[in-house]
Amino acid sequence: MRDDSKIKNETASTDSPTQGCGCGCKCGSRDGVTRLGFITCMVAGWATFTASVGGLGAMLLRFLAPNVDYEPSQSFSAGSPDDYTRGEVSTRWKDKYGVWIVRLEDRIVAVSTVCTHLGCTPNWLETEGKFKCPCHGSGFRKTGDNFEGPAPRPLERFKIWLNDEGGLEINKSIVFRGEKDEWSSPESYVSA
Amino acid sequence: METLKHLLNLLSDPRISFPILMILFFFIFPPTAWFEKWNKRLHFDRLWTPVGGLVMHGLMLVALVAATLDPNFRLIVTKPDNVPIVILIFGSVYFLWLSMRQARDNDQRLEAGEKPDEYCDPKRRDILVWPDVLYIELIAMILCMAFIIIWSLYLQAPLEQPANPALAPNPAKAPWYFLALQEMLVYFDPWLAGVVFPTLIIVGLIALPYLDSDRAGSGFYSFSRRKLFISLFCFGWLLLWVYLIIVGTFLRGPNWNFFGPFEVWDAHKVVPMNNVNLSELIWIKLLHRPLPNSILLREAVGILGLLGYLFVLPPLLEKSALKRFAGQMGRMRYGLFMFLSLMGLLLPIKMILRWTLSLKYLVSIPGWFNI
Repeated sequence: MRDDSKIKNETASTDSPTQGCGCGCKCGSRDGVTRLGFITCMVAGWATFTASVGGLGAMLLRFLAPNVDYEPSQSFSAGSPDDYTRGEVSTRWKDKYGVWIVRLEDRIVAVSTVCTHLGCTPNWLETEGKFKCPCHGSGFRKTGDNFEGPAPRPLERFKIWLNDEGGLEINKSIVFRGEKDEWSSPESYVSA
Repeated sequence: METLKHLLNLLSDPRISFPILMILFFFIFPPTAWFEKWNKRLHFDRLWTPVGGLVMHGLMLVALVAATLDPNFRLIVTKPDNVPIVILIFGSVYFLWLSMRQARDNDQRLEAGEKPDEYCDPKRRDILVWPDVLYIELIAMILCMAFIIIWSLYLQAPLEQPANPALAPNPAKAPWYFLALQEMLVYFDPWLAGVVFPTLIIVGLIALPYLDSDRAGSGFYSFSRRKLFISLFCFGWLLLWVYLIIVGTFLRGPNWNFFGPFEVWDAHKVVPMNNVNLSELIWIKLLHRPLPNSILLREAVGILGLLGYLFVLPPLLEKSALKRFAGQMGRMRYGLFMFLSLMGLLLPIKMILRWTLSLKYLVSIPGWFNI
């Protein structure tokens, strides 16, 4: 082992070539490792490390953007009110937009297909006249009111209105919640 | 045969089987001296003899084979997802029997004034944690991994259609080891059943050796020396976890309704269920008044009841029924013990309230807090 003073001396005399230096530089060597070689290795090592971590990070970030953008349009036209018979729950737009069009006695409403418990998609059971969630058994009436199982609040309704041609338009980005008494808002239903 | 199946369908309904098992449990795993007396008197401790073990496993095997003859049960039990549950059932019973048999032997030796078996058998007396026990565990772990890898190569994973957010399978079941969590979600709000309770289960398991600091049963298998803690642990593990996994696998069908093990999974089975909140029960049904507008007043009974259950009951018991126990435990330990036990007991309490009063939530403030 060399002591520190000797190393200092060697670095001070920069002109004199020293023995056993792998990289051909004029620095002192110790067991085949030179100062410059050490720094080169450190730089190369850290560069590789940073590059791989950065690359992995970039790949991770890339995963945040989906390959397929499933998200359908938030607003859509649902045809004429006459397409829906009184008392009917239409599952026509369920797969594409996640909306049930329900024609109640005096109004048409657009009901969200997302269960208010944990977000599964309930099924409309025609014979029992209720929406029933297959995950934890929450049940909702035709109006969306929760009456059985663990769901804490009614199914949400979306903004619905008649366009100039008299067709139904639905905007899913505006939500009306029953437990907040928002269903009386004229934007949440179409009288028919 | 049909009548037997019908009877089993009826009995297995959790609304019947859970209360029966819950009562039976405390006689099989007696938490106190009084229960222990009855356990001996009813000869439940003979379950842990070699003969008892043979009978138990034999009956389970015969029941499984006989039940598999039924087409409806066969459909469920041969599903690749459900094979591990059969292993779980047999595995839990076997290892329970193995440890309880040694505990029973030791309890008998202690009663006769002898030392436990671990002190007399030189092979068992001088076992070191490192390397003896840890090596055994390491090898067991490697063997388990090897078994799972080979098994997973042979078991075909079901390949289904591309995921569609608008289509949930009916019934939509969690992986088998999470079915007890899914069962909890039927009775509680997602953040309680999905976040708070799992955290408490883990914290409780970690806290267990610190809560049970009694050295009397240390270093050997024994039941009677630490009956309360073994009993409570087994209650949580066997009834609130394994049993609920079995319920989730075999007894939950389409629309998350209860079905008997031999019943056809009819998606149109009508189960009348109209759940109401405690506030509605009290204000509308009991007092014949409309719900008050103030949320605090509306939910007062539920909130006060819960606060009383969690924070008034433990000090009351500390002064009365559990005086000696609380003295032995010390303040801090007793408080933590009571909190964990009462939180754990909330699940069976809520299940029974749902089945009897069809109660939805004790405290219901939609969008904020439901319990």
